[in-house]
Amino acid sequence: MTEFRKLSALVGRNTKSYFKDKFLFFTSMLTPLILLVLFFAFLRNIYLDSFKAAFPPDFTIDNKMLNGIAGAWLLSSVLSVSSVTVAFCANMVMVDDKINSSINDFKVAPVKPATISLSYFVSNFFVLSLVIFSVLAVGCIYLAIVGWYISVSDFFLIVLACLCNILFGTLLACIVLNFVKSQGMQSAIATLISALYGFISGAYMPISSFGEGLRIFLGLLPGTYGVAMMRNHCMNGYLKAFADAGVPIEGINAIKDGFDINVYVFGNSVPLGAMYGILLGTCAFLLVVYIAIVVLQSKNISFKMLKKNSK
Amino acid sequence: MIVEINNLHKSFKDVKAVEDISFRVKEGELFAFLGVNGAGKSTTINIISGVLAKDSGKVIVCGENIDNNLDKIKNSIGIVFQNSVLDKKLSGYDNLKYRAALYGIFGADFKARLQEMTELLDLKDILKRPITKLSGGQKRRLDIARALIHNPKLLILDEPTTGLDPKTRITVWSVIDKLRKENGLTVFLTTHYMEEASDSDYVVILDSGKVVAEGSPHELKNKFASDYIKFYNNMDKAEEYFENLGKNIKRERDFVIVEIESTNEMHNYFEQIPEIFDDFEVLKGNMDNVFLNVTGKNLKEM
Repeated sequence: MTEFRKLSALVGRNTKSYFKDKFLFFTSMLTPLILLVLFFAFLRNIYLDSFKAAFPPDFTIDNKMLNGIAGAWLLSSVLSVSSVTVAFCANMVMVDDKINSSINDFKVAPVKPATISLSYFVSNFFVLSLVIFSVLAVGCIYLAIVGWYISVSDFFLIVLACLCNILFGTLLACIVLNFVKSQGMQSAIATLISALYGFISGAYMPISSFGEGLRIFLGLLPGTYGVAMMRNHCMNGYLKAFADAGVPIEGINAIKDGFDINVYVFGNSVPLGAMYGILLGTCAFLLVVYIAIVVLQSKNISFKMLKKNSK
Repeated sequence: MIVEINNLHKSFKDVKAVEDISFRVKEGELFAFLGVNGAGKSTTINIISGVLAKDSGKVIVCGENIDNNLDKIKNSIGIVFQNSVLDKKLSGYDNLKYRAALYGIFGADFKARLQEMTELLDLKDILKRPITKLSGGQKRRLDIARALIHNPKLLILDEPTTGLDPKTRITVWSVIDKLRKENGLTVFLTTHYMEEASDSDYVVILDSGKVVAEGSPHELKNKFASDYIKFYNNMDKAEEYFENLGKNIKRERDFVIVEIESTNEMHNYFEQIPEIFDDFEVLKGNMDNVFLNVTGKNLKEM
């Protein structure tokens, strides 16, 4: 019980430290919102044309549906990308504690190393959730204005997909930042992740638009399924509305294939349940890795020592 | 004994940071641990506090063996690190609150302890302010409060006054003296300032990971430092006399200073040549001399 209260105090301390750093807070909050605005401002028309291309010639459809599905696709991209990229900014306190030697101060207190590590994870998950759900709220307001076709059940599935992506991003950030010992190194990693992740998960550009080799490679990365899950739930309501409006099944399948609602690995379509399985399985694996790192570090065993002893 | 170290060893790869050191710290005393950077002071402190694992040796703190009861030991010690580890983004109050929580002190217990600390260290005006707005001395007082929030028996101060201005150093020491007098706290100090070591009850000097001298400051000065006589009149005669004796002499504008083995030696000179003793001063060797003679290194230049 006491250890749980210690964990709560550490989570409170980490979270408060994050919110007290106004620059960090606004940067991590504003980055996905700016991305959302840029997407809508610059890419909306390109994707509108791509959606129209899936319809038969001379077929007309309500603009609300068309604007809505383009918005939903862009929102799914921002939510899934930000869940990973923002995680690397939001966990600054973990690196700061190493730089300021606060971590040594924790070590002289009667608190388990696992409690300290868990506190970084929980506070990062909490902060990241706050950012992602704020973005979701802004995105939902936009979709409500341009055209809302998302059912209640789909909305809750979007929330679930967000939580899965947040869990994935948090675990990834906790593991990588565990080895980072300077703010410069953290900035470099956060920049690299921001630049790369959107492309390698198929969030910025549909995977279907890439070459065969790259498609197979991206199909092997778990982040791809985090994005695809989000796409499924964000766009499901719009695709149903398209079908009701008379869009032929071929056109709907073309949208599903062309916009990564369907993901193919070695020619086989990956079902939605399998996408959850892959992402959550990866999270379970990352959790085991994180626990192993924490245990080794608490016993003052470094990876260099393990390598040396195995020789 | 509050700390007992026996045959402690610690190496980092090929570097022997601590090599077979043994010493004792008595309850209630001010214990000074001296050594240049890299002598092994911080390594020893880190082992005592559980941050680092030892290679071999026996460490007993507050009656508990570090191998068996590290958590009990952690509850009995408080540490003030050389560099402040206060959370700069948080207020003084938050710093103390979150620190207390790590020792299982919450709610009313924390408030009571905070009240004690506020009175003892005069924290009232600084608790609500962010750390970045505090002076060096105010931060140090908060550091000490943070280390004492769980009422430890042993306070470890790792160069607590390094980098502080003289006024703040005096403030910090008045706080430490108060704690020792009123709470009977044992203080384990590492310092670069020899005048701080002079006021301690027991001194251990570490060099290249080994204990090279230990004792009370008085014992160490008698053993390792020479005394001096300063002559302000009849300087020429004094200079000539001691030169003939082959003594180490230094002539300054207003005085001649002569190094002697002990104050007993002075009595002989007083009988033999009383005329040079009409205006003089006897100076005891200080801890700087002790350190220099023991290690061959000048701590002020390190």
